[in-house]
Amino acid sequence: MIALDWFVEIASWIAIVMGSAFMLIGAVGTLRFPDFWSRVHAVSVTDSAGMLLLTLGMCIQGGFTLVTVKLIIIGVFLFITGPTATHAVANAALVSGFLPKGADKVRRKISAKETDKKKVKKKKTTTLKRKL
Amino acid sequence: MRHHLLLRVITKLLVGPIILFALYVQFHGDYSPGGGFQAGVIFAVAFILFGIVFGLEKVKLVFPPWLVHKFAAIGVLLYAGTGIYSLMLGSQYLNYSAFTPDHPEHGQHWGILVVELGVGITVAAVMVAIYYAFAARPPVISDEDW
Repeated sequence: MIALDWFVEIASWIAIVMGSAFMLIGAVGTLRFPDFWSRVHAVSVTDSAGMLLLTLGMCIQGGFTLVTVKLIIIGVFLFITGPTATHAVANAALVSGFLPKGADKVRRKISAKETDKKKVKKKKTTTLKRKL
Repeated sequence: MRHHLLLRVITKLLVGPIILFALYVQFHGDYSPGGGFQAGVIFAVAFILFGIVFGLEKVKLVFPPWLVHKFAAIGVLLYAGTGIYSLMLGSQYLNYSAFTPDHPEHGQHWGILVVELGVGITVAAVMVAIYYAFAARPPVISDEDW
């Protein structure tokens, strides 16, 4: 019985500390990354991972009780809605014509190459906005 | 709204559980954190989310504005009617113990449940009415621009 208690404590602490570390990394990424897209990437991915690990750790602490069932339901809903919210934010930014940092340089290079080769593929360079 | 495939699918998935959670918060308000105000707001959020993703016209088919205004009045009437009923039984206004004089706790349980239900109905209806009032303005970005 004592061994089981130790197992529960150690496993839940590992999960909770790892989840907190993910959350911390996400927060640092949100503050330190240079532009919008990398910030969204940092916060969305680490948020899902940290949330899952924290919920798992609390489930292990809860044992076979109603609290664990509620935690699992919370985890499922956050796992669905978190990426959806990220998708909505990123989609709105992309549609409103917000480009990643340095994207205009790359685009200029591509269009310069294509004019060198005299390939008239105007569609490919200008579709990023129109396609979405 | 053809563009937002993901949002439409997730919204269809979430509207039902949101209403279920609102009812859970509503009817567990006397045991655990929750009650009429929170449940009403959560209930209204289901309709507001549906309206944001699918458009104002479709929500108005489900929950038409005339019904919203009726519900806002019905909730207040339910609250006040509980108080009037206890007055008619010869006790103070909103004294739930008067409903079942043999078991005062039983009467208090039913009284708080009915009053919370009235609060929940009014809060949900008023939240939806505020959303209708704001969403009826002309949109900034038309659907074709997405």
